[in-house]
Amino acid sequence: MKKEKKQKTEKKSTGPAMKKGISKSVKDKRTLNPAAVLRKKYERGAGPALKGITDKKLKGQLTVKEKLYGEAAITAAQTEQWLLPSEGGYLEAEGLEQTQHFTQETIVKEVDITSARKAFDLQLQDLGPYTLDYNNNGKYLVIGGRKGHLAIMDWKQSKLITELQVMETVRDVKFLHNELFFAVAQKKYVYIYDKQGVEVHCLRDHISPLKLEFLPHHFLLASTDKAGILRYQDTSTGQMLSHMRTHLGRCGVLRMNPYNSVVGLGHNNGTVTMWSPNMPNPLVSMLCHKGPVTAIAYDTEGRQMATSGIDGKVKIWDVRKFSPLHFYFAPTAARSLDISQKGLLAVSSGSGVQIWRDALTAKQSKPYMAHRVSKGSQVQDLAFCPYEDVLAIGHGNGISSILVPGAGEPNFDSFVSNPYESLKQRREGEVHKLLDKLQPEMIVLDPEQIGAVQRSASENQLSKDMLAKEANDAIAEKLGLKVKEKKKTKGRNKSSKRVRRKDSNIVTVKRALIAEQLKADRKAQGKEAAPSAVLPRALERFKR
Amino acid sequence: MKVKVISRSEEEFTRERRQDLQKVFRNLDPKLHPQERAHEYTRALNATKLEKVFAKPFLGALSGHRDAVSSMAKNPRRLNCLLSGSMDGEIRLWELAKRHVISQYPGHKGAVRGLAVAPDGDHFVSCGDDCTVRLWELPAVGIATREDDEAQEPIATFQGKNAFRAVDYHWSNDVFATAGAQVDVWDPNRSQPTSTFSWGSDTVISVRFNPSEPDIFATTGSDRSIALYDLRTSTPLRKLIMQTRANSVAWNPREAFNFTVGNEDCSCYSYDMRNFKIATCIHKGHVSAVMDLDFSPTGKEFVTGSYDRTVRIFAYNGGHSREIYHTKRMQRVFCVKFSSDATYVLSGSDDTNIRLWKAKAAEQLGVLLPREKQKHAYSESLKERYKHLPEIKRIDRYRHLPKPVYKAGKLRQAVHDAERKREDRKRAHSAPGSMAHTSARKKRIVAELE
Repeated sequence: MKKEKKQKTEKKSTGPAMKKGISKSVKDKRTLNPAAVLRKKYERGAGPALKGITDKKLKGQLTVKEKLYGEAAITAAQTEQWLLPSEGGYLEAEGLEQTQHFTQETIVKEVDITSARKAFDLQLQDLGPYTLDYNNNGKYLVIGGRKGHLAIMDWKQSKLITELQVMETVRDVKFLHNELFFAVAQKKYVYIYDKQGVEVHCLRDHISPLKLEFLPHHFLLASTDKAGILRYQDTSTGQMLSHMRTHLGRCGVLRMNPYNSVVGLGHNNGTVTMWSPNMPNPLVSMLCHKGPVTAIAYDTEGRQMATSGIDGKVKIWDVRKFSPLHFYFAPTAARSLDISQKGLLAVSSGSGVQIWRDALTAKQSKPYMAHRVSKGSQVQDLAFCPYEDVLAIGHGNGISSILVPGAGEPNFDSFVSNPYESLKQRREGEVHKLLDKLQPEMIVLDPEQIGAVQRSASENQLSKDMLAKEANDAIAEKLGLKVKEKKKTKGRNKSSKRVRRKDSNIVTVKRALIAEQLKADRKAQGKEAAPSAVLPRALERFKR
Repeated sequence: MKVKVISRSEEEFTRERRQDLQKVFRNLDPKLHPQERAHEYTRALNATKLEKVFAKPFLGALSGHRDAVSSMAKNPRRLNCLLSGSMDGEIRLWELAKRHVISQYPGHKGAVRGLAVAPDGDHFVSCGDDCTVRLWELPAVGIATREDDEAQEPIATFQGKNAFRAVDYHWSNDVFATAGAQVDVWDPNRSQPTSTFSWGSDTVISVRFNPSEPDIFATTGSDRSIALYDLRTSTPLRKLIMQTRANSVAWNPREAFNFTVGNEDCSCYSYDMRNFKIATCIHKGHVSAVMDLDFSPTGKEFVTGSYDRTVRIFAYNGGHSREIYHTKRMQRVFCVKFSSDATYVLSGSDDTNIRLWKAKAAEQLGVLLPREKQKHAYSESLKERYKHLPEIKRIDRYRHLPKPVYKAGKLRQAVHDAERKREDRKRAHSAPGSMAHTSARKKRIVAELE
């Protein structure tokens, strides 16, 4: 428990509210030592409580294991501190400048030529508005124009890979596990095309789909449609896994939580529901907005969720507690949201895009950056590029790619997604992804519970309540709100009794005299009473 | 205004030439590796399944004997050398790497009952039903096959009065012990035993020297006894009588005060030689008498061969077998040996063949690349971590058994359950405390004699 508490405070201090935390607890060495803070990140929670274990052998084994885990955490922390090859981007204002006033032109002028090439504008007036998606390593971009225009490009090289016109309404596009295939939500069905633009599959089970999402760990393609049905299809086996009726009408908002692969849907009645393919009912249903929900976005660690509604608000939620954190007003109702790997929040409303930094953990007063696409065109879709400081905007007049310093994760993991992967690496990676494919049964709200001990429901609830109470107490104590516990003995704190107690402690001359008198009286009484003590106790009541 | 964006030059992140290795970058941030528990579990499950796929323990059969293989011995000085004796009296020396015979010895008139190689690895002794113990020379290292040479003659022949049942060589000295009507200790340079031990009138059927305490050896006898002897004294040390006969005995080479016996009642019993009151462990699983057992040189596990036509591998402290080996053609197993590098298991059976098995059924043999080693270590630790999860446990524990063995196992279990239930009921209807619980580890012990 103790360790956990420490960890909680640590997590706080690593967040953006760090400055406050540091000034408060300068004495705390751990917050000052960056290695220790980093180490906490890799420790993955507190180990088992060894104190109560009586089995010596088990205790020894656990001690050794814990030591190993500790060492691994230290090594990982040191690696992060010293060995990672790249550093993240940043944008800082000097003097009276404000970062939100920097235009793309000024930023592009300041950065190197390869980065400058990443900011571009594609004028595609006739076939928009456009939706778009990056593949998992951010090398390729697929765009889909409302009027049937589909294209994949190697956007860094400005190279068009394939382009086709499907002569049908296109509502959404999504890459599958790699750039070789992408799914398109068309007028009637979902279609899968390959890199050459050849139609590979027509998924007739998905009827008039509105929005698509791909669950990369489970190889599942999720779609929502006009009737408000959520469908899951396994793209590795082709099996139609499940279709769930939301009973909440047309649903065009769908987003996966990358932390646990639970899918969130936004509905017209203002609720956000979260689904796993294993349950016919939503795991969570929360009322988020007055009026329809327009967009949802999750942060990569699965801690916060941002939602926007027709009511013009952008709300930030704690998805672990399902409670609101704070909200922002969008200039007009936000149409789409996205959260970058480093936690920047992009909000589009009308033809403008606002980008907020640290907006998830604490309420910010002004945006980090702002951008406006060409006049008269509405922003349709937003996508942060993974491992790059780039935001792609799909709008009525085409697509624009803008530079957002500090958006992407600077250091990639070659075994997760490698922007520079070779053909062979891609093939090998595909095989490994398929071998590591997770079963849909593993989609649960808390992914840490896989492989953990299953507790009874009541026990679970008890520990949850305890944890919640402790956490709340800790927060209250920190904020100075903690109410002192009431004393249980009644009546001792009455004002009259307090006065009497106080008086009884004052020694006066008179009191001393009285006390002496009393003592003498008692002595005299005792002497008189002494002979009567000879009588047996049982006969005392007959004494006169 | 200060601005920096992520800008990577391709040269830094890709290899220069085709011959170079691809550059690999790691970022261990948990944020980039979501759902790691689920991934680990999936990998552990896959590793368990793959282990099943790769579990091909049978490497080959050494055929050549014309009758059932009755005894085997390994050379303490050479890894690839195996001696085997058969019921028709023939003794063969095998080269294990090439799986062929190096030498053939005429052996005995009746069955060869015991074989043991001297600690110097130059000669070996054999004993048999023809009441003789014979001393033979082993070919020196590097000498080619002598299969077709003229029949070899024993260096010495020792005549006894009764048939011999077992022989074992001392671990360091030039002394060996034979078991038969009594226990004899021989010096190969003398024609008569140097000392003779007897306790009771029944036959002694196996004998093994203690690897650590060089003068102590253990025997099992057909009077259901397990006895300890000391070469320095003229009388036996201690004796333990069990309910059924122990067919063979083997010392744990790493904890040499512990030994295990293979019993006629289908189980093996481990004992601490300092405490005969209780067995340290009962190893169950066989459905017929255990004929022979041998410890791995690591002392962590031992192999048993049984009359039920299976070979099993047990952990030294494991109640049930880790591995069960059987083939359609393998008959009653009379002798088993663990190879001196703990990698292979050998079994000699009634069907005249010696079979060579891997000690770990799914192990990849041969020289491994570092990458392969790492992969194996990783999947091993994953399996260890998730071994208690039901699906993994089920897959890991499942062994296909021949129908008769499976059915016999079921039957034994049913009988055991019934007995237990009966006892429980009896206890429930008796006066409290009148029926004491006896540990299963004590139940089979009849008496302990000094």
